[in-house]
Amino acid sequence: MEGTVTFESDLNLKATELRLGLPGTNESEKQTPPSVRSNKRALPDMNEESRSKNYSSVTEAAGHGDRETAPPSKAQVVGWPPIRSYRKNSFQPKKTEADADAEATGIYVKVSMDGAPFLRKVDLKVYKGYPELLKALENMFKFSIGEYSERDGYTRSEFVPTYEDKDGDWMLLGDVPWDMFISSCKKLRIMKGSEARGLGCGV
Amino acid sequence: MTYFPEEVLEHIFDFLSSHLDRNAVSLVCKSWFRVERWSRRRVFIGNCYAVSPERLIARFPRVRALTLKGKPHFADFNLVPHDWGGFVSPWIEAMTKSYPGLEELRLKRMVVSDDSLELLSRSFPNFKSLVLVSCEGFTTDGLAAIAANCKHLLELDLQENEVDDSRGQWLSCFPDSCTSLVSLNFACLKGEVNLVALERLVARCPNLRSLRLNRSVNLDTLRKILMQAPQLVDLGTGSYVHHPNSEAYVKLINVVKSYKSVRSLSGFLEVAPRCLPSIYPICLNLTSLNLSYAPGIQSTQLIKLIHHCRNLQRLWILDCIGDKGLGVVASSCKELQELRVFPSDPHGVGNAAVTEEGLVAISMGCPKLHSLLYFCQQMTNAALITVAKNCPNFTRFRLCILDPKKPDPVTLQPLDEGFGAIVQSCKGLRRLSLSGLLTDRVFLYIGVYAEQLEMLSVAFAGEGDKGMLYVLNGCKNLRKLEIMDGPFGDVALLMDVGKYETMRSLWMSSCEVTLGGCKALASKMPMINVEIINENDQMEENPDDGMKVEKLYLYRTLDGSRRDAPDFVWTL
Repeated sequence: MEGTVTFESDLNLKATELRLGLPGTNESEKQTPPSVRSNKRALPDMNEESRSKNYSSVTEAAGHGDRETAPPSKAQVVGWPPIRSYRKNSFQPKKTEADADAEATGIYVKVSMDGAPFLRKVDLKVYKGYPELLKALENMFKFSIGEYSERDGYTRSEFVPTYEDKDGDWMLLGDVPWDMFISSCKKLRIMKGSEARGLGCGV
Repeated sequence: MTYFPEEVLEHIFDFLSSHLDRNAVSLVCKSWFRVERWSRRRVFIGNCYAVSPERLIARFPRVRALTLKGKPHFADFNLVPHDWGGFVSPWIEAMTKSYPGLEELRLKRMVVSDDSLELLSRSFPNFKSLVLVSCEGFTTDGLAAIAANCKHLLELDLQENEVDDSRGQWLSCFPDSCTSLVSLNFACLKGEVNLVALERLVARCPNLRSLRLNRSVNLDTLRKILMQAPQLVDLGTGSYVHHPNSEAYVKLINVVKSYKSVRSLSGFLEVAPRCLPSIYPICLNLTSLNLSYAPGIQSTQLIKLIHHCRNLQRLWILDCIGDKGLGVVASSCKELQELRVFPSDPHGVGNAAVTEEGLVAISMGCPKLHSLLYFCQQMTNAALITVAKNCPNFTRFRLCILDPKKPDPVTLQPLDEGFGAIVQSCKGLRRLSLSGLLTDRVFLYIGVYAEQLEMLSVAFAGEGDKGMLYVLNGCKNLRKLEIMDGPFGDVALLMDVGKYETMRSLWMSSCEVTLGGCKALASKMPMINVEIINENDQMEENPDDGMKVEKLYLYRTLDGSRRDAPDFVWTL
C-alpha cells in the first residue's frame, strides 16, 4: 500500500535525523496506539506491521494527506491542544526564556554599573560561561574584576558582579551553574564600593 | 384563571427569571404570549445567526438585557478563520432605534468595533453593564468612549479579549462624576494604564465590589487601591513583584492582613513567589482562587498557599502543581466544587504535569466536585472508574489528555470504559469533552447513558459513522456537538437530519463528510444553515461532490443564510 511505503521511508529519515532528544528515544514508538480495529494485534512482535497499518489508516481516515500526523503530539496540529489562544499567547514570553536553546532569539539583559551614566545590554547566549561573560563586562565598562572563589566571592576587586534572579533576589554571579544562571537572570548589576562588600560572604 | 388582569399576570411573570420558564409560559395561550412578550426584559441568544436583530425586536419590544454569542466554540482554538463573522454592529444599530432603555449587553466570541462601542455609549442613556468575553476587533479607544459617555455605568467586565492598546488613557476618561462602578475588570489589557487615574477612580466609587487589574498595575498601586477600597469582594492583582525596598513590601503585608472582605482572588500576572506568603492571612476567606495566569510559581509554593485555603469552592491552577499538589488540594479544600488544571507548557511533553493520580486524589477528597477541566499527560480507565464512583455529581467533565489518541498507559486499552463509567454514574452530566484513544464504544455508552448531555466535544476519536450515530440517536438533550479529526462521514451526517433542528449547532472539521453530503443536508433542511469554511482555494473551480469538506458548521436559524458571510464561507 502506498501509505505504508511512504511511512516507512519517513521512519528511515527519522532514524538518521539529528535531534536534541536522548539517543534511543523514538517518538513514533512511544506514541503508537495499538490497532483499534483488531484487539488481537497488541503483541510486541507484531508492532511494526500493525503500527504502519495504523498510521496509514489513521492518515487516510483523518484526511490529513498533506499534514504531518505521525507522531501527533509533536506535530503542531491546529486546534490541539484545546487551549484558548488568549491563554497560549499569555505564556509565550516565558517559553522563549526557558527554551533558549531551541529558539533563535538571544537573551538580552540590562547591565548597570554603579557610577556609570547609562546602562548597557548583553546577550547572554553569546557566552559559553562565566569567564567569557566577565571578560566582556570588563571590556564594556573598563574595569577589572579579578577571580571568583566560592568561599569569598570576588575579593581582589572593589567591583562585584551581581544579578537579579526570577524571584527578585540579588545574587552573586558565579554561584550557580551557567545554564541555571542564563534561565534565571533578569538583569545584571556591577556593584562598587562598600555595598559590594556585603555580598560573597554567604548571603 | 383565564380572566386574570394582565397587570397581575405581568407581575407574576416578573418572578420568572429563567428564559426557559418564560418560553414555556409564552406558549400557554395568546394572552399569556402577549403579556410575556411585552414584559420580557432579558434575552439570551446562543447563536447570533439563529435569529436576526429585527426579529428579536419584533418579538420582544422592551428588552433591557441581551446576551449574544457569535463564533463557534472551536474558534477559541484557531479553527475558525479571522473575519468569519459574529459582528455585533448590526445588533447595536438595530437596538439604538428600538431599545432606548437597553441596560446590559453581554457578548461572547463576537467581533466588536470601536465604532460600535462608541455608538453603544451614546445611544443608551441607562446603560449599566458591558461584559465582553473572548471578543476582538476593538481598541482602548472604544473603551474610552464607554468610560466617557455611560453615565450610569455599573459594570465593565473584559475577559480574555484581544484588545489593541492604542493609547492607554481610557481610564482617565471616566469623568469625576462617575461614582457608580460596582465591577471593573481590565486584566486582559496589555498596555499601561494611568495609575493615578485608577487610584482616583477607585477612591470615588464606594460601591466597587469587583476589581481586576492588568499587568501594568504594580504592587505599590495595589496597596494604595486596597486602602481606598476596603470592601472589595473580588480582586484580581496585576503585577505582584516586590522591589528590593522592603519597606513597601511590609506596608503591603499590613494592608493585606486586614483585608477581610475578599472572597475571590485572581491575577498575579507577574509574581515573585516570595511575595505569596503575604496572602496567607486572607486565604481562609477565599472561595475562589485563580492562579492559572501566574507564571513561575513552583509546586512547593503553590502547595503552601493552597494549604491555607480551606474554604475554596473554585480553583483554577496550572499543572505545575503536580499530582502531589493536587493531593494537598484534596486534603485541604473539602468544599471544592470546580477545578480547572491548565497546562503550563502547551507544547511540552512531560515536564511539570499531572496524571491520573492527581485526579483520583481530588475525587477522593472533594465529594462536592461537579465541574472539571483537566489537562493531563495520561489517564487510565481504572482512574476514571474510581473518579466516577467517588464523584457522581459531575455536571461538567472535560478531560484533555495532551497527547491525542493516547491509550491507557497501563493496559494499552482505549479509554472507552473509563468515560463510560463517568456517563453512567453522573446522571446530571450536561457537558463532556473526550480525549485519548477512543473507539465507537464510548459513543455507545454516551448515547445510552448521557441523558442530560447538552454539549459534547470530540477530537481524534471513534472508528466510523456508527459512533456519531449513537450520540445523535441517544442524547435527547444534545444542543451542541463539535468534532475535530474524526472518521464520521455522510452516512452519519444524513441519517437523521431532523435532529439538527433540535440542536443549536454542529461543527465537524477534518472528518469524512463530503460536499455532496452537505448539499443533500442543506436541500432537505431549509431551516438549517449549512456553512462550509473553505480556506484553500481547492473548491473554487467546479468542486466535485465527492470532495471532502475540511470544516462544516451547521446551525438552526429562523432567518436564512447570513448576509455577512465572507468569501471563504459557503452557505449551501
